[in-house]
Amino acid sequence: MHNTTYHKASSAAEAASLLSGADDGALLAGGQTLIPTMKQRLAAPSDLVDISGVAELKGISVSGSSVTIGAMTTHAEVASSAELRAVCPGLADLAGHIGDPAVRHRGTLGGSVANNDPAADYPAAMLALGATIKTNTREIAADDFFQSMFTTALDEGEMIVSVSFEAPEKGAYAKFPNPASRYAMCGVFVAKGAGGVRVAVTGAGDDGVFRSADMEAALSSNFAADALDGVTVSPNGMLSDIHGDAAYRANLVKVMAKRATAAA
Amino acid sequence: MSEGIGAPVKRKEDKRFITGAGRYTDDIKLENQAYAAFVRSPHAHANVKSIDKSAAEGMDGVLAVLDGKQLTGDGIGNIICGWAITSKDGSPMNMGAWSALATDKVRYVGDAVVAVIAETKAQAKEAAEAVVVEYEELPAAAHIDAALAGGAPQIHDNAPGNVIYDWEIGEKDPTEAAIAGAAHVTEMDITNNRLSPNAMEPRSAITKYDAAEDHYTLYTTSQNPHVARLVLSAFYAVAPEHKLRVIAPDVGGGFGSKIYIYPEEIVCLWAAMKTKRSIKWTADRTEAFLTDAHGRDHVTTAKMGFDASGNIVGFHVSTKANFGAYMSLFSSAVPTYLYATLLSGTYNIPNIYCEVLACYTNTVPIDAYRGAGRPEASYVVERMMETAAREMGKDPAELRRQNFINEFPHQTPVIMNYDSGDFEGNMNQAMEAADWAGFEARKAESAAHGKLRGIGMACYIEACGIAPSAAVGSLGAGVGLWESAEVRVNPVGTIEILTGSHSHGQGHETTFAQVVADRFGVPLDSVQIVHGDTDKVQFGMGTYGSRSGPVGMSAIVKALDKVEAKVKKIGAHLLEVTEADITIEDGQVKAQGTNKALGWHEIGLAAYTAHNLPPDMEPGLKEGAFYDPLNFTFPMGCFICEVEVDPETGKTEILKFVASDDFGVIINPMIVEGQVHGGIAQGVGQALLEEVVYDESGQQLSASYMDYTMPRADDVPSYDVLHHNTKCTTNPLGIKGCGEAGAIGSPPAVINAITNAIGNNDLSMPATPSKVWAALGAAKIAAE
Repeated sequence: MHNTTYHKASSAAEAASLLSGADDGALLAGGQTLIPTMKQRLAAPSDLVDISGVAELKGISVSGSSVTIGAMTTHAEVASSAELRAVCPGLADLAGHIGDPAVRHRGTLGGSVANNDPAADYPAAMLALGATIKTNTREIAADDFFQSMFTTALDEGEMIVSVSFEAPEKGAYAKFPNPASRYAMCGVFVAKGAGGVRVAVTGAGDDGVFRSADMEAALSSNFAADALDGVTVSPNGMLSDIHGDAAYRANLVKVMAKRATAAA
Repeated sequence: MSEGIGAPVKRKEDKRFITGAGRYTDDIKLENQAYAAFVRSPHAHANVKSIDKSAAEGMDGVLAVLDGKQLTGDGIGNIICGWAITSKDGSPMNMGAWSALATDKVRYVGDAVVAVIAETKAQAKEAAEAVVVEYEELPAAAHIDAALAGGAPQIHDNAPGNVIYDWEIGEKDPTEAAIAGAAHVTEMDITNNRLSPNAMEPRSAITKYDAAEDHYTLYTTSQNPHVARLVLSAFYAVAPEHKLRVIAPDVGGGFGSKIYIYPEEIVCLWAAMKTKRSIKWTADRTEAFLTDAHGRDHVTTAKMGFDASGNIVGFHVSTKANFGAYMSLFSSAVPTYLYATLLSGTYNIPNIYCEVLACYTNTVPIDAYRGAGRPEASYVVERMMETAAREMGKDPAELRRQNFINEFPHQTPVIMNYDSGDFEGNMNQAMEAADWAGFEARKAESAAHGKLRGIGMACYIEACGIAPSAAVGSLGAGVGLWESAEVRVNPVGTIEILTGSHSHGQGHETTFAQVVADRFGVPLDSVQIVHGDTDKVQFGMGTYGSRSGPVGMSAIVKALDKVEAKVKKIGAHLLEVTEADITIEDGQVKAQGTNKALGWHEIGLAAYTAHNLPPDMEPGLKEGAFYDPLNFTFPMGCFICEVEVDPETGKTEILKFVASDDFGVIINPMIVEGQVHGGIAQGVGQALLEEVVYDESGQQLSASYMDYTMPRADDVPSYDVLHHNTKCTTNPLGIKGCGEAGAIGSPPAVINAITNAIGNNDLSMPATPSKVWAALGAAKIAAE
């Protein structure tokens, strides 16, 4: 690891100010991606601004079907929230299957969403739930937030504060884990809410999370797994790597979408 | 006897391991210790045009920046392969030069070019990044076919066409004639996937140079510290043997990868002398992927002929073996004498011929990895048997049964002489435990919920305890493969066993002590096993090839025989009876037929006070022995695997795994079961999950756990581990060895089960979900 200067922020405002004052600063949320990358000497921020002590960024609130989750809420907290589970069990289940227990107790929703790893689970959920990403300066719709792999609408120095969404009538996530990393080789979140059916796919696309218009149309007329039987998922635009080619991933998109629909 | 042979005693060493008190190489900190970091080639194949060390030399804490020209200039020798193989045409193998630091050319990504020595690890790494190496990139050959193709890049000048050797064994013409006349011939192309060993503890070295004594010390993660000292002295000319001490303390797994002497140990020893500082280097996990010797990587075409009633008449095998960029210490023996000699499997095969083409590629060197050649042989033989049975419409178990060897000793056409076994007994035991007969009903149940169920068998045999020294010498080995032991009975009766075997997870401190407890009836806690230090143990050949039981313990038995003889003489003298009347049991030396007895400690005291010993007897009670095995030992077994495949995703779940092994006499069944579990986990890893993948330019695409799939707890089943043992007839304890069997027998059992489930024999390891899904698709197309 290269030398870095560590700061611990006690408020979101302080974190923003520390970050803007740094040469080449980085926010440290759960550190589940950033710290290993630094240890491999592939990232060398001049300053690390640790936001794990910022209370205002943590917690889950549910009011009716409105859900807000603080950016620094850990996967374990999302997985174990009874309030959340009561209205949106699909998201709680998703969080409970990220990484391993150590990852789930350090890793945060905000960190995952901001990183937009093309194989991360949360981006699929945010997109399918039509969530709003609230930052320290503005609110961004999930459809606008996730731009391409590892790329989001966040500006330099902008920090996620929370995400919010309306719990769907039905919603579930099905994941086929990469055998090695156990990230999603393909993960599909299916949600049927007030705004209609949304289907978001992570892990499989060659440019990050995306929505499937064909599957949304099929499920809008009949929200049942076998409604997807007639949908053809094209291998075009699918990722091809040592774990599986585009044709395999296209197959997984359909299989996981059916399983998510059946579970919803 | 509760602590003797056959007792499931808990491991003595585990107290320190599970309380964090183990002492591994990286735990050691020497006075005046500095750190080494290596500058490694980012290219698979390139000429080194220039090295600019100036920036690094000026950085904080930097003590030395050392390159290959300095190393060779100081007379440090090239790394060698210690087993000479002769090609079909009588020519010797083509061994290319391997300098511990590359001088003018790099041949794989990770090849060490420069070593930086600095006060701290961070300073060493910073400075290593500041060394500027100018490369002229050359085309690379990362795979066997690319290396052997016409016009392939020339990796070593003295290996035309990148061929190391073109070797053969067996009788070619009779084998081809037998196959030509066969009623049925099964032919398959079989690939054995390349694996990374992934010991939990990465490789590490700490070196010390004492200028006043001109003496070197190396602490290192070695499976064979004496062999390390021998080659460091005799070939690499680091220091003469009497001026070099090698210590291999607690070592966290090896699986073969820690047999070899790597560039880093050589450089750190040399650098300690140059800088007059102790030097530590510990690999990080990326360096482990990039530099630890890999395993397997064979491509084989095999033909097996059968007569009209299903008896094997001939077996023809052509194998291409990848050696990586350099010949590692035992690399040449793996695809030859550890592979082709096992191609008879458990079967009567009158004609066998095997040819092996060994080649360089621009990849990490390949050498022995758990099983070393025998998993490759077992995989070829057992996939062939299964496929042949399916093609001929025979029950795969019955085809095996009809071809089993059932008379011993049995001479195969490929050197090996099997001494013992009851192959059918193991098969019957496994089939009963697996409920082989009930499979069709279970398959129907799986089908009812949309899953494909399959069952597969493998009847492996392997050769352990390598091996009679004269025999291996005649086959090209540069060393003898005996083992030594010394038994020291202290004046108070406690016993120290010094052994040339080395434990890096096997539990020798317990099992070796059990042999002593069994012999004399002394408490297990009064026996201490000493190993892993060339200053303590005179010599030894180390631990690999499942040899510590059959060879290492046999040496201990020989030394115990000598101690027992002397104890009896002392006892007879003191108890005033004849030696024939003396028995040793329950830690006492007794005069039969009387109530006279001496405690074990009284014998020790008598030996060392020497106040009243028989006339002409030397004082003391210490005996040593060297044991040279009479033959290999031949563990065998029948493994049955039952799987369920999800046809939608191609994912395989192992539902049941039965192992019936014949290990001969078992010292500690609990430890043996653990060895079987670990071996099967590695075999399941090879079959379903693990593969080192290089792209065409020679970059390793699988060099982290994000892409290299190690088996996790939920990937492996709960195993049924059974035994049907026959005693080995060629060593004193009747032991066959158990360390590698699980990894040898399981890959074909798993793959045979999956191919049975999906109805397609064309499937290669690792059988990842995507590959199985594709094979299912191909089977469906073929059926339409």
